[in-house]
Amino acid sequence: MTKNALFINYEYCSGCHSCELACRNELGLSINEWGIKVLEDGPRQFDDGSWQWDYTVHPSSKCNLCEHRTSQGLEPACVMHCQAKVLSYGTPEECAEMLKQKGSKSAIFMP
Amino acid sequence: MNKQYEHDWKTEQSDGSTVFRTCAWSPPGCHPTSCGVELTVKDGKIVHVEGDESQPITNGRLCPRCLALKDYSYHPDRILHPMKRERQHRGQADKWVQTTWDEAFDTICEKVAEIKEKHGAESIAVYGGTGREASMFYWPIAYSVLGTPNVVYPLSGVSCYGPRQMTAAFILGAGYPEIDYAAYWPERWDHPEYELPKYVVCWGKMPLYSNGDGLFGHALIDMMKLGTRFICIDPRVTWLGAQPGNMTVQLRAGTDTALALALIDTIIKEDLYDHDFVTRWCYGFEELTERASEYPAEKVAGICDIDAETIRIVARLISVNHPVSIAWGLAVDQNPNGTMAGQAILSLAAITGNIDVPGGLTLGSPFTNMGGWSGNSMQFLPQELVDKKLGNKTYPAFHGPNATCQSDEILDTLESGQPYELHMAWINSTNFLSPTCSAQPERWYNALKDMDFTVAQDTYMNPTIQGLADYFLPLPTYAEHDGLVVPYYGANNVWTACMAKAVDQPDTRSDLEVCLELGKRLCPEAWGKYETTEDWLDEQLMEAYGFTWKDFREMGMYFPGNEYRKYEKGLMRPDGQPGFNTVTGRVELFCAAYAAWGLDPLPNYEEPRFESVARPDLAEKYPLIITSGARTPLFFHSELRQVDILRSKNPDPIIEINPEAARARGIHEGDFVQAFNMFGHANGRAKLTETIEEGTTHMQHGWWFPEGEASFPNLYGVFKSNFNNLMPHECIGQLGFGAPYKSMICEIRKVDSLDAEGPAVEDPLNMSNTKGSGMTPGYFCTEEKAV
Repeated sequence: MTKNALFINYEYCSGCHSCELACRNELGLSINEWGIKVLEDGPRQFDDGSWQWDYTVHPSSKCNLCEHRTSQGLEPACVMHCQAKVLSYGTPEECAEMLKQKGSKSAIFMP
Repeated sequence: MNKQYEHDWKTEQSDGSTVFRTCAWSPPGCHPTSCGVELTVKDGKIVHVEGDESQPITNGRLCPRCLALKDYSYHPDRILHPMKRERQHRGQADKWVQTTWDEAFDTICEKVAEIKEKHGAESIAVYGGTGREASMFYWPIAYSVLGTPNVVYPLSGVSCYGPRQMTAAFILGAGYPEIDYAAYWPERWDHPEYELPKYVVCWGKMPLYSNGDGLFGHALIDMMKLGTRFICIDPRVTWLGAQPGNMTVQLRAGTDTALALALIDTIIKEDLYDHDFVTRWCYGFEELTERASEYPAEKVAGICDIDAETIRIVARLISVNHPVSIAWGLAVDQNPNGTMAGQAILSLAAITGNIDVPGGLTLGSPFTNMGGWSGNSMQFLPQELVDKKLGNKTYPAFHGPNATCQSDEILDTLESGQPYELHMAWINSTNFLSPTCSAQPERWYNALKDMDFTVAQDTYMNPTIQGLADYFLPLPTYAEHDGLVVPYYGANNVWTACMAKAVDQPDTRSDLEVCLELGKRLCPEAWGKYETTEDWLDEQLMEAYGFTWKDFREMGMYFPGNEYRKYEKGLMRPDGQPGFNTVTGRVELFCAAYAAWGLDPLPNYEEPRFESVARPDLAEKYPLIITSGARTPLFFHSELRQVDILRSKNPDPIIEINPEAARARGIHEGDFVQAFNMFGHANGRAKLTETIEEGTTHMQHGWWFPEGEASFPNLYGVFKSNFNNLMPHECIGQLGFGAPYKSMICEIRKVDSLDAEGPAVEDPLNMSNTKGSGMTPGYFCTEEKAV
């Protein structure tokens, strides 16, 4: 069976931490363990006055892509609860198609 | 039946668990946003929290606070039984003993009778906080249970929501104006009448993290994906304002009115305003034009520390494009010049033709059909008690059942015993000694510590209750009681949602249950007709919508619908005539009511009272502007500091400093630092960021330390990182509204720890200690002028 993947459209990730909490609930992790982390690049200002300020997520080695949820036809917990709706779950091919469609500020993780 | 959900409110699972569908409000604290939640319950406990995809606004999304509901509900510090302590043991954490609800209610009834007999019912005051469901129930607790006219929201200048609501009432004759995020219909963006705003202005507001008053913040991201662009007006650049396609106008803190007037002036001079709307529906356009002409872009650029060209660009963006919506934030309230800012912002929306149009600024009907119970409970007070409501002689806008007492006046009354003494306090869901809703918190502590009797309702012990109360009445969470979620507290009836009880927490009582049980004893004329809370819920729902609680629980949410351009259809005025429910029947760019009170009827800019322009003498010692109150998605004001998983992401109070300002002071990232001024000091941890200008800083609010020593004098360290130490008492604006929580001054220095002492308080203006200093201009109405 091919492993599935997580697609993130990080153009709109607001850094709200919901994915982290949802994941913790799902995997029953202790306080220092995280199955997914929000990362931040910036904020810093370019010389032209515009800003670099992106949030994105990074699944950790604890991430099992919510096998127990996806096997029941549910989305992974982080995908379900993401307030900005920037995460998707799918086969590598489906995620690659999303990446192609999006065309910018997006990434695929296969944890 | 207009059933919003595909699934039942209660579903039995094969493993013996049950899934309950509900809509979240509080506790834990939040605004009435009604996030859809599915709670899996097994053996009487929540075992799983899941978002409900069928909730049409939130679509399954949940914020970290809802996702931490299990941690909050089953935390060892949570109080699940009524507690009491002798009056002489206030402040002593080890003196609480468990009691029963019967004993608590017996004692409360006895004490209330005694206090009424000796000092009159008006000597009781109910203190309420923000956001939670309690903000719909501390009115009946006061008016129709305890029988006092004194409802207090102790934030100086009542600087949250009240000023904006008052401004909307006088200028538009309407309830709360909100951006149009297609929230009136379950089909949302696809509704045929809906139009997406081309621009949304976030004026002193970051809805993504604050979800103010019911607006689901991340709806802004939905709008961004659909094509809306955002203009953020904020001294701090936020993530939203930094995104490509969006922009930030980084104005000097507190100069909002000047900016709004310059935008108005530019739009009028460039003839970009909506002539038809102005001619037909606005009053005082010529006067506004003249006033705004005193604020040309070049001049205001200097006032606000921005480019004149930026002002012109924003003016054109919001007038050439249509529709445009403006989200006005807390910054409008937390400013002595704020009611003027609010009037100018509403005037901007009016002259650009964005009032109550699709994609513009939606208006709550002035005749709310849900939530009216809070103010209506005043009918059970005799007129002689209504007339004794504190502050309404000095401040005429505080008349009426939906107005609290003027908060600063309450502290004066507590301290002076004038016009009468206060003897009993009822504290419902407010932790006002923490840096939330008070100024000069130690003064409030001293003013309240010797009450004859004090009762508090909450879920956890906190510094305010530990310091001041004799009885602790525990509240259930939103998962543990039945209730109605009323967005905008009824002032913009976008929907009503069902908060359905999923688990029993048998020795707690909801706000409604306390009202009912205590009300039956103290005010049977108000509460005697209800046997159960369901009777009461049935009555609210039947009167408003014609269905019962049990029906509603199956429905989950109800959307009563919306009419745009209500002013054209006679839906804004009690006489059914077209127009607005104002004195002139129009949008009052020139406010007739203000004029009648002898106030300036037009928006008028006032320099921030402590910043360098108004007070160069103070700026020498305190050169930095300090703002407060920006939200994180992790906490709701002072709540949730004991929930480790949330606290781990923000363990200390953050003070944001520009790297240049930090370098000049030898401050590095993560250092302990102290913000101090003539009124007090507050300690935090430095976060260096370019998102704030060199002359400005920001300190998080809400901080106390549940892990610290509980007893007085420490009270969980509530005074050490308390921004409100830096805030003067009663430095307020027109009509008693607005204090400078977002435009104070300070100096910042490196210190050794969060426990560092501050310099001696010098208070050159003598404002933190006495009433009526020279700094508070007589903008409020005097008794003689009151209508």
